[in-house]
Amino acid sequence: MKTLRRLFRQLTSWATSARDEEILQAEIAQHIEMQTAEGLQAGLSPIEARRQALLKFGNAEAIKEIYRDQRGLPFTETLMRDMRHAIRRLRKTPALTGAVILTLALGIGSNTVIFGVIDAILIRPLPYPHAEALVSIWQSAPGLPGVPESIGSSASLYFTYREENRTFEHFGLWSSGGASVTGIAEPEMPRALFVTQGVLDAVGIKPALGRWFSQADDTPGSAETVILTYGYWQRRFAGDTSIIGRTLTIDSRPRMVIGVMPEEFRFQRDPELILPQRFERNQQFLGPFGSLAIARLKPGVTVDQANADVARMSGIWLNAWPPPPGMDRAVFQQARLTSRVLPLKQEVVGDIGPALWVVMGSLALVLLITCANVANLLLVRAEARQQELAIQAALGAGWGRIAREMLMESMTLGMLGGAVGLGLASAALRILVAKGPATLPRLGEIGIDPFVLAFALGVSLLSGALFGVIPVLKYAGPHVATALRGVGRTFSQGRTRHRVRNTLVVVQVALAFVLLVGSGLMIRTFQHLRSVQPGFTRPEEILILHSMIPEAIAKEPELVMRRQNEILDRLAAIPGVSSVGFASAAPLESFLSAAGNPVYAEDKRLAEGQIPAIRQIRRIAPGFFQTMGTRVLAGRDLTWTDLYDKRRVAIVSENLAREWWGDARAALGKRIRESGAADPWREIVGVVENIYDNGVQVKPPEFVYWPALMDRYIWGGENGSAVGTGMFAIRANRTGTESLLAEAQQAIWSVNGRQPVFLVNTLKALYDQSMARTSFTLVMLAIAGGMALMIGIVGIYGVIAYVVSQRTREIGIRTALGAQPAALLRMFVRHGLWLAGVGAALGLVAAAGLTRLMSSLLFGVTALDPVTYAAVTALLVGAAVLVNYLAARRVIAVDPVQAVRAE
Amino acid sequence: MKETDVRQGTLALMVLKTLDVLGPLHGYAIARRIEQISEDLLTVNQGTLYPVLLKLAQEGSVASEWGASENNRKARFYRLTRQGRKQLQAEARSWEQTAAIIERFFAVKAQNLK
Repeated sequence: MKTLRRLFRQLTSWATSARDEEILQAEIAQHIEMQTAEGLQAGLSPIEARRQALLKFGNAEAIKEIYRDQRGLPFTETLMRDMRHAIRRLRKTPALTGAVILTLALGIGSNTVIFGVIDAILIRPLPYPHAEALVSIWQSAPGLPGVPESIGSSASLYFTYREENRTFEHFGLWSSGGASVTGIAEPEMPRALFVTQGVLDAVGIKPALGRWFSQADDTPGSAETVILTYGYWQRRFAGDTSIIGRTLTIDSRPRMVIGVMPEEFRFQRDPELILPQRFERNQQFLGPFGSLAIARLKPGVTVDQANADVARMSGIWLNAWPPPPGMDRAVFQQARLTSRVLPLKQEVVGDIGPALWVVMGSLALVLLITCANVANLLLVRAEARQQELAIQAALGAGWGRIAREMLMESMTLGMLGGAVGLGLASAALRILVAKGPATLPRLGEIGIDPFVLAFALGVSLLSGALFGVIPVLKYAGPHVATALRGVGRTFSQGRTRHRVRNTLVVVQVALAFVLLVGSGLMIRTFQHLRSVQPGFTRPEEILILHSMIPEAIAKEPELVMRRQNEILDRLAAIPGVSSVGFASAAPLESFLSAAGNPVYAEDKRLAEGQIPAIRQIRRIAPGFFQTMGTRVLAGRDLTWTDLYDKRRVAIVSENLAREWWGDARAALGKRIRESGAADPWREIVGVVENIYDNGVQVKPPEFVYWPALMDRYIWGGENGSAVGTGMFAIRANRTGTESLLAEAQQAIWSVNGRQPVFLVNTLKALYDQSMARTSFTLVMLAIAGGMALMIGIVGIYGVIAYVVSQRTREIGIRTALGAQPAALLRMFVRHGLWLAGVGAALGLVAAAGLTRLMSSLLFGVTALDPVTYAAVTALLVGAAVLVNYLAARRVIAVDPVQAVRAE
Repeated sequence: MKETDVRQGTLALMVLKTLDVLGPLHGYAIARRIEQISEDLLTVNQGTLYPVLLKLAQEGSVASEWGASENNRKARFYRLTRQGRKQLQAEARSWEQTAAIIERFFAVKAQNLK
């Protein structure tokens, strides 16, 4: 305790050091005065009294020294002193110091930004207690061609898993979508999360107000309830705590608010409302698989054990539930439906992981280049100080002490650079959070937390040590005193003197080469992506509005269709609108639509019990293709007569037509149907261009387009089926303006005042979003590559310029002896080119190995794309030639008389 | 180094005891008192007192404040804290034990010599 207290005082002593010194001084003076006074009383002369007093006190300076040593900790004292010295020395060369701090700030800052992103997304993606026990459960159907790799879960799976599992502590299904809220101000459609019991229990975050859903809330027939999230509660009800118990009209039905989630609650797709998902147990079939499953494993249970458990339950499930009406159980047996358990983290992180690691890796390379460059600058400084250091050593400073001083200087530089870099990083992170790609999961959570701070500090110290140790090894080693014997600059210097510096430049060029190849590959990828014809044209002109006609307003399919038709007419009448369309979903919105269904062709015979591949289904009204700019390759578009007469017609995508009949024209007149015998055959009247619905880097899915209004449909009722919740597409020259959006909303509300409009977007935004990962990686790599090129070139320039200045005398003698300036120039340029050449060659080898790591990010090019490699080599060598020439030109300016006389 | 430690230890104990007996004192008075008691046997530089006082202050055994000396000069007065009193008791006890052991040691040695 006593020792601890003392240690604390010692640690904090520097804060009061100046005042303490004064107090001690006063105290000693006081003491001596008192002693003198006593001597005077004893009859001594004033001078003698004072002499005796001083003698008695002892060596005041030595006492002060002991006092000081005791006051603080010796180690921190020297550290502080060394740091003060270092800062004083650095301030003597403001230009160099400024340049070093700035480059370091860029290097450390950019690494901190990306680490901040990685920290939030990859390292701690789940803001839930004991998140490692959370898993998601996916199904796959290897026996069914065309089914996506991972599909969700069905209500029947929910019941089976819930009742039969041995490994889950909590288990539930969720899905997300919109829910209309009417009766308060404008009708709106907030993002809603539908959960069964068990989902909120699994994530383990308690509501801030009210309660969780109970078994009763899941039971059909009981009073309907809703939980609000913090953001929605603040936005809509200004944080009014009396909200609990109030009733809201959601999807035209009254629901009582039973809880509000806390501010820190996060869930995928950022819900605003949480609604209980109710399944009628006795009305469930094996499919469809529209929900997602989440579970919390029991303590100690591994993912492998959970996988074994779901495999066991899959078997039980397959025999316990009936197939959907019109489908055969054989379909499910043939599909070989298998469930697998994955850590939830994997689902949240998605496919952004490789991109982030590549970016982080390249920024680490930039930091290495920066360190190499700073080491080079410090070498120059250390060389200039060599004589001074040698004298210090001769005067008795141990080499350890000199080395410590130099390292201290580098560490101080590192810390200063890190501090500025942290400032840059926090600004950059703020911009990233505001403008970053929406596909980055948990974007809003990214920021500077203690973990990121620690990273920045660590990187600063590490880079300080890294670039600091090179000059130390070279100039402050045990041989430091020998430098005195050399006579410094008078002699021309041997090749060995430049070996370290040359090596550093070669390393810089090699690393820059790797980074430039990386960004070059991303540029080529981006070019390839942009050159893909996505199946729609000029997406910036297309405004997309989602809307829903509530059942309370129109239930009868034909009436629903008439309403949509009326809205389309009003939208088309808006000035500047060239075309309008309606469909169940927009392109690139596959996250909104279901996974598709098997589609049969009348003339394609299948083996007994075999089912055909899954195709994407979209339901459209006339004008959709024209609005999107999708070309009709054969036949025709649908007409309103097709819809209202409920003709059994269809349109298919080109790839489907080719697969089945080899040619677009050949598909016309053929008949297809969805799922099972319950659905009637429909005749193909048109074939359209493929639409890259899952993003341009993915093969376009095969599409079947049904009319938005049909007489009989497996998913519809007795009176047929119409699309009630769908998307209006408006092609206009004013897209992107507030006024167009306001007029469009007005047009919808003039037909139906209670119709919510949601998910407003432009097709361009969806298109950009589908390439967000590529463009994000591209921009980051381009920045890294650009920085690397710049720093590398500065490095070459520095070395050549330095070599020229060191060899001024030699140049003078050579010129005096008749050497041609042009020949001398060539000599230096050759030296620089040689460095660049070796660097580029090493870079080429390194790039060939390293870029393989990013092949999952590439599209249309291989990691060894010759065009990229050639371009980067040309760029680097060209830049090196130029910069060498500029640096070496100083040779010509050397006046031989001056040069020889100078020393 | 070892020697200074021992001397500092004993000096600290003397300071504590002095403050215990006489109440708050300034540095010079403490020095004088120690001189008087030890009858100049302890030829310590008076100045070495100050690092000891600092150490005791850092440990929380003494506290100091500015006050006026007998002849109305400004002086820093040191006083024993509760923690200091406890330390004094503990160290006095251990000192007595040590002294007793040493004494017995010398006694034994004398007998053996006879």
